[in-house]
Amino acid sequence: MAAASNNQPLLEVRNLRVEFPTRRGTLLAVDDVSFDIAPGEVLGVVGESGAGKSLTGNAIIGLLEPPGRVAGGEIRLEGRRIDNLPYEEMRKIRGARIGAIFQDPLTSLNPLYSVGRQLIETIQTHMPLSASQAKARAIELLKEVGIPGAEMRIDHYPHQFSGGMRQRVVIALALCAGPRLIVADEPTTALDVSIQAQIIALLKRLCREHGTAVMLVTHDMGVIAETADRVAVMYAGRVAEIGPVREVVKHAKHPYTKGLMGSIPSLGVRTDRLTQIDGAMPRLTEIPPGCAFNPRCTFKGQRCLVERPNLMPAGATRAACWLHDSGGVGAPILKETVDA
Amino acid sequence: MLAFILRRLLQSIAVLLTVGLVSFSLFRYVGDPINSMVGQDTPASEREALRERLGLNDAAPIQFLRFIGNAAQGKFGLSYRTSEPVGRMILERLPATLELSFCAAVFALFVGVPMGVYTGLYPKHWSSRLMQAVSLIGISLPTFVIGILLILVFAVWLHWLPSFGRGETVMLFGWWPTNFLTIKGLQALILPSITLGLFQLTLLMRLVRSEMLEVMRTDYIKFARARGLTNRAINFGHALKNTLVPVITVTGLQLGALIAFAIVTETVFAWPGVGQLFIQSVQFSDIPVMAAYLMLIGLLFVLINLTVDLLYFVVDPRLRSQGGAARVAGH
Repeated sequence: MAAASNNQPLLEVRNLRVEFPTRRGTLLAVDDVSFDIAPGEVLGVVGESGAGKSLTGNAIIGLLEPPGRVAGGEIRLEGRRIDNLPYEEMRKIRGARIGAIFQDPLTSLNPLYSVGRQLIETIQTHMPLSASQAKARAIELLKEVGIPGAEMRIDHYPHQFSGGMRQRVVIALALCAGPRLIVADEPTTALDVSIQAQIIALLKRLCREHGTAVMLVTHDMGVIAETADRVAVMYAGRVAEIGPVREVVKHAKHPYTKGLMGSIPSLGVRTDRLTQIDGAMPRLTEIPPGCAFNPRCTFKGQRCLVERPNLMPAGATRAACWLHDSGGVGAPILKETVDA
Repeated sequence: MLAFILRRLLQSIAVLLTVGLVSFSLFRYVGDPINSMVGQDTPASEREALRERLGLNDAAPIQFLRFIGNAAQGKFGLSYRTSEPVGRMILERLPATLELSFCAAVFALFVGVPMGVYTGLYPKHWSSRLMQAVSLIGISLPTFVIGILLILVFAVWLHWLPSFGRGETVMLFGWWPTNFLTIKGLQALILPSITLGLFQLTLLMRLVRSEMLEVMRTDYIKFARARGLTNRAINFGHALKNTLVPVITVTGLQLGALIAFAIVTETVFAWPGVGQLFIQSVQFSDIPVMAAYLMLIGLLFVLINLTVDLLYFVVDPRLRSQGGAARVAGH
């Protein structure tokens, strides 16, 4: 872990709920999610599509797409509550205190402006610098993210950069006003595998050098294992397990996390079939009562069908599973009642 | 870039030659030009002599080349109706049409684009919905109905504005009669410009609106928000500029259409422009004037399209480096 635990966390998310009002009723896409990020720490957030990980990230930067909205809970940055700020106040925080990198970095840059112009406008929006100072800083940033010939490349347009290079520009843009936290939403999904590693290494190095914390949203466990200090596993809008990355990878406590880790193919072991978790994550309209994972869980008991578990200490991590409660999962379920 | 311009120029010339061919066929094959020139009792021998003198017995390709050569010098022969040189007739009337079209275009651009931006940014606001509904009227009412309604309200009932003609004009450079320098002239411009420009205005508004809606959903706008840029910078710096390529295309095409379809507006408002001249020529089967008008409109369209293509390069950097061969996907 990068940061001492007695410090005040950089980001505190408490009981966050994100709702989508629809014609058929309100969908709860993020349900009672709580976690902290310490200064300089990398928190990985993993989960299947629709688990609510991107929405949590968007809620933190205040850019939920309507009709989605924060329906409850609190988000605090350096002790200051930011989830209820007016748009203009939140705008001043975005870019300056919290940077963001989105799913498809290839389309994150405006095609009609040179990368220099986009860097300079962001720098000048947040920092009281003259045009020439801002340009000097922009060149400095491009050098820092490893773009060769930065003085010349600054006048080039996004289409003149390769995917990996554009991604580096995007990182420079996210870092350019010195934010304390970067929310990186699937930053490497759109890139070649060979470039993914470079970009992740770059992001990690820069954030360490600048003391910037990262919330790294991804479904790639490999990236998380390489990069993160801690990891939060999300399932159906809730945090299933959260803890130090080594513990979660090696000694997962939640049945879902175990399944997730078990499904990563490894080179050493020969198997005929890949391991998988049977079934699919429930749709938001069909989340079962009790534990949301119970239809797919092989350890479930009667209690899991009726009572919803919150995060509880489980070895070195915290997991939302009755297996780790002193009361246990309750009476076993007879074979006939188990869904296929 | 240079190769692109050259290629477009060659294409433009090909288009003009085709228009010339249509124009020439009109001239040569719609009725017998000799019949239009001589009296009914002219003997056949004299007709034949005239035919020979005018070169009408030459092979068609030679006649066509001669026609194109003359047209390039602005010589379209004499009007059947007034016996004046056609080139001069058109030149005299062209300023009226150009000024009217210019005002209509300015009206459509400077009202239509802001309305489109507003309705695109706030699609659910009641005023956006109102503008959308009103624009339907603009797009579906025929031009002459709008013109007549405007005359009824502002000229007949309210007596605010003149109902026909150019009002007072002043000669510029000795040959360009302009409306812009007198109050009466400006007043006379208002109703015809609105009539002519209203359709284009609603078209532009709807185009800008849908483009804005699309651009506002793109990743780079979301990323611009995440960078904390001001709404002003996002809406006008990033979003509006990305809507410009299609807007320039349509504006260019519609500018040509404004000049070509000024015919209806000029007829409703008795505006002494080339459109009205064309209508009169049709009534009198004045083929030389019609042919020349056709060539003129063809030339204008070609020039406008060429300008539009060059403007793309100014707006979109992706075209500059690709030699203009490929239109970038997404536009």
